[in-house]
Amino acid sequence: MSHSPGRWQGIVLPLLALVAAEAALRVRPTQSDVIAAPTAILRAFLRACADATLLQATAQTLLATGGGLLIGAGGGLVAGVLLGLSRPAAARASLLVELLRPLPSVALIPVALLVFGFGYRLEIAVIGFAVFFPMLLLATAAVRAVPQRLVEVSVILRLSAWSRVRKVMLPAALPRLFVALRLCVGIALVVAVTTEIASNPQGLGFALLSAQQSLAPDLMLAILLWIGVLGWGINNLLLQLEQRWFNAQLDKE
Amino acid sequence: MTRATPALRAIPNPGVRADVPLISFDEVGLDFAPRRIIHRLTFSIAPGEIVSVVGPSGCGKTTLLRLVTGLVQPTRGSVRREGRAIDGPAGDVAIVFQDYANALLPWRTVAGNVSLALEASAMSPAQRKVRIDELLGKVGLAAHANKFPRQLSGGMQQRLQIARCLAQEPTILLMDEPFGALDAMTRQSLQDEMLRLVRETRTTVLFITHDLEEAIYLSDRIIALRANPGEQSSLAHTFQVDLPRPRDQLATREEPEFLRLRRQAFDYLLEPQA
Repeated sequence: MSHSPGRWQGIVLPLLALVAAEAALRVRPTQSDVIAAPTAILRAFLRACADATLLQATAQTLLATGGGLLIGAGGGLVAGVLLGLSRPAAARASLLVELLRPLPSVALIPVALLVFGFGYRLEIAVIGFAVFFPMLLLATAAVRAVPQRLVEVSVILRLSAWSRVRKVMLPAALPRLFVALRLCVGIALVVAVTTEIASNPQGLGFALLSAQQSLAPDLMLAILLWIGVLGWGINNLLLQLEQRWFNAQLDKE
Repeated sequence: MTRATPALRAIPNPGVRADVPLISFDEVGLDFAPRRIIHRLTFSIAPGEIVSVVGPSGCGKTTLLRLVTGLVQPTRGSVRREGRAIDGPAGDVAIVFQDYANALLPWRTVAGNVSLALEASAMSPAQRKVRIDELLGKVGLAAHANKFPRQLSGGMQQRLQIARCLAQEPTILLMDEPFGALDAMTRQSLQDEMLRLVRETRTTVLFITHDLEEAIYLSDRIIALRANPGEQSSLAHTFQVDLPRPRDQLATREEPEFLRLRRQAFDYLLEPQA
């Protein structure tokens, strides 16, 4: 998976596409609200970097994403681990979870807007809701996937309930919990940008919307690509950490 | 390895009354509704004895072992330890599982895995370290204390699990087909190590296996169970093994008594037990 030739060959196609787009727009210059030449996009990107607007928007989006994850994924983690440990609790909670889970988090924007107004709190609430249920379900599954044998060993060794959870269940579930976190980060970023486009006037989503409304396709596409790179980069970072820390354990399962 | 005289066999265990069995099963029955797993099982184990349980798969061998831990309660009859009904895991009852890879904590080192068994007790970290080193030395893993289980061979991982069980200073050691997943050579050396270790500590062993020769080689007594007991007793047969100790992988297995028992047990288990 790492450093195979395919990894570098993968970059050939996007580069060719960029060169082709640039060439096409040079040969036949087009005035458009939608497309822009790659070099124009690059110039817009550098300009946005230079005047710190992109940096500020990125910081706003990441802050809201982080806050939403902390509250939503944190809460989902605690609830999920508890439900994973206790089947009776899981049985009692399942109806509530199944009723709330399918609710699209962006549908909460109008309600959250009334409660919180514009700003971070609105965004964090929507992101938090979006990641809470995936994290809850994945954390429950992670705890249940701990080999029964390990649970038995901890009972035979007469560990207290708390040390059983702390010394056996949580470390055993940790690799899967980390995978869950990585998936939630992806969801959180999508919901952050969506909320910013739909209503919250801050962050990358709002910058994207502003660029579109001010008929600046080069800036709009620059931000779009930047969001893509950002999401890819964060996921890749987490993937690297996952492989470094948990590879052996995940492989075994 | 030297041949022993039969006189060495008897190991009187001071302080324990030999006439009170350490473990006794009294008319024990167990159903996992609607299936009857164990029925009217009566036998007992004396302190210091090594008893093997054999029988076809599904005859309740593992269940029998879990009854001794108290993790499972009998549907009928009683399982007693020194006369008292067993109601839950005791600190000095240890289990060696067959699937060592699942029973060890992959994120802890060899030393850390042994430590888990000592962390429930009030022991200072310094004392614990001394004890861990001593236990790892006993099973020949002293040089591997800082490795992780996955870096060890199957035989070494099983040694590690045995070390963790010994950390409990078990009075009763329950072994659930512990050597079933190992190659023949490793299995034989672990059999001898296990005999040496339990002899040193006079531990009582209840050993589950599907390997009749292993059962004969290790045991003082073999209990054969039948699958699907119906109205019959689960206890199909008991074989007394009067082979001298310490036993020897080559000499013991060539003894006429060993061969006779082997023949008898095979014939017995091959018979259809309707």
